[in-house]
Amino acid sequence: MNLNATLIAQLVVFFILAWVTMKFVWPPIVKALDERAKKIADGLAAADKAKADLSLAEKKVVEELRKARESAGDVRGAAEKQAATVLDEARAEAARIIAQAREAAQGEAGAAAQRAKEALRDQVANLAVAGAERILRREINAQVHADLLANLKQELQ
Amino acid sequence: MATEAPTAGEYIVHHLTHLNSTGHAQKAVIDWSVWNLDTLFFSVSLGVIALFFLIRAANKATAGVPGRFQAAVEILVEMVADQAKGIVHSAESRKFVAPVALTVFLWIFLMNSMDFLPVDLLPRIWQAITGDSHSYLRVVPTADLNGTLGMSIGVLLLCLYYNIKIKGFSGWVHELFTAPFGSHPLLYPINFLMQMIEFLAKTVSHGMRLFGNMYAGELIFMLIALLGGTATVFGFVGHIVAGSIWAVFHILIVALQAFIFMMLTLVYIGQAHESH
Repeated sequence: MNLNATLIAQLVVFFILAWVTMKFVWPPIVKALDERAKKIADGLAAADKAKADLSLAEKKVVEELRKARESAGDVRGAAEKQAATVLDEARAEAARIIAQAREAAQGEAGAAAQRAKEALRDQVANLAVAGAERILRREINAQVHADLLANLKQELQ
Repeated sequence: MATEAPTAGEYIVHHLTHLNSTGHAQKAVIDWSVWNLDTLFFSVSLGVIALFFLIRAANKATAGVPGRFQAAVEILVEMVADQAKGIVHSAESRKFVAPVALTVFLWIFLMNSMDFLPVDLLPRIWQAITGDSHSYLRVVPTADLNGTLGMSIGVLLLCLYYNIKIKGFSGWVHELFTAPFGSHPLLYPINFLMQMIEFLAKTVSHGMRLFGNMYAGELIFMLIALLGGTATVFGFVGHIVAGSIWAVFHILIVALQAFIFMMLTLVYIGQAHESH
């Protein structure tokens, strides 16, 4: 453990090494570290912002869904009401048509019965006349007795 | 190599003698005409190696995803930067002080790590190269007091520089005479004496602490090697057991002493920034 000029040399080497480190080593590494720290901070901030945006969008989606559901309900209600109206109208129309048809059928049936009655009456009258002719066994003047026959017909009604 | 085996004493003394510019062991305790060539060679080489890797990492440094090597260097830089930030409060000073701390840490770590090489490996190779079985070589620059005191005096100069830079020359002189006991003419000499003792103690203990640890560690490796050198079963087993335990323990010392030297460098320079 003797002291000698090595000490001075070591002192000089110490400062040279420290100077080189200060000049060429420290600044670029620290710069890279700072830049990376900034990058990471930016990334985290962006992630936070994205998260906030996402939750905002989700809220919006929920709101939109709610609106859509509401309007769909409105539309359905209106449609149901309209359908009910249409159905009622159709029902009324059908009833009207049925009534009309029934009325027409009844009229027709009445008329047919009337005609049948009249035809029957004519036949009965003729039969009565023919029967009378046979009973009387003599010729009857149809023209002379037309009024009589018409009266008879009238009574048969 | 040696024609006859050296005694234990000769072996130790030989291992503790530097390869210096005179070619034989230094006689005087202080002799400014002598250079320890081994210390200079290994400390400069290791410093260059450390800077080489640091500069490589610095050139490749990007803000993107770092590779393993870059991440390792960045962890180191981050650690030193954090420590510096906590101790030296002037951002302007940190531009130089933090790199100093990084250099000191890595450099001392590498120099201390020379202890992990087998104690006889490099000296034997050197003896083979020179062809002289008595060639001296010591491979741990921090086990040389010149190496550690050189660095601690470097730190002292930085302390003086920052004292003057921060407080101004007159402010610093004023502090030398009025701190720590107070401003009174009777106290001036006592204050000044205290300050001088403080600077001396800081610097000497700073260098001596590292030197003592590494010197003792090296010495114990030599003793363990001597144990194996007895070529007995006990010596062989003892060498393996003791050598393993001490090497593992020494990993802690190597890292710890490098860290302590770095921290004290920061603390002393930080103190130079604070006025009493």
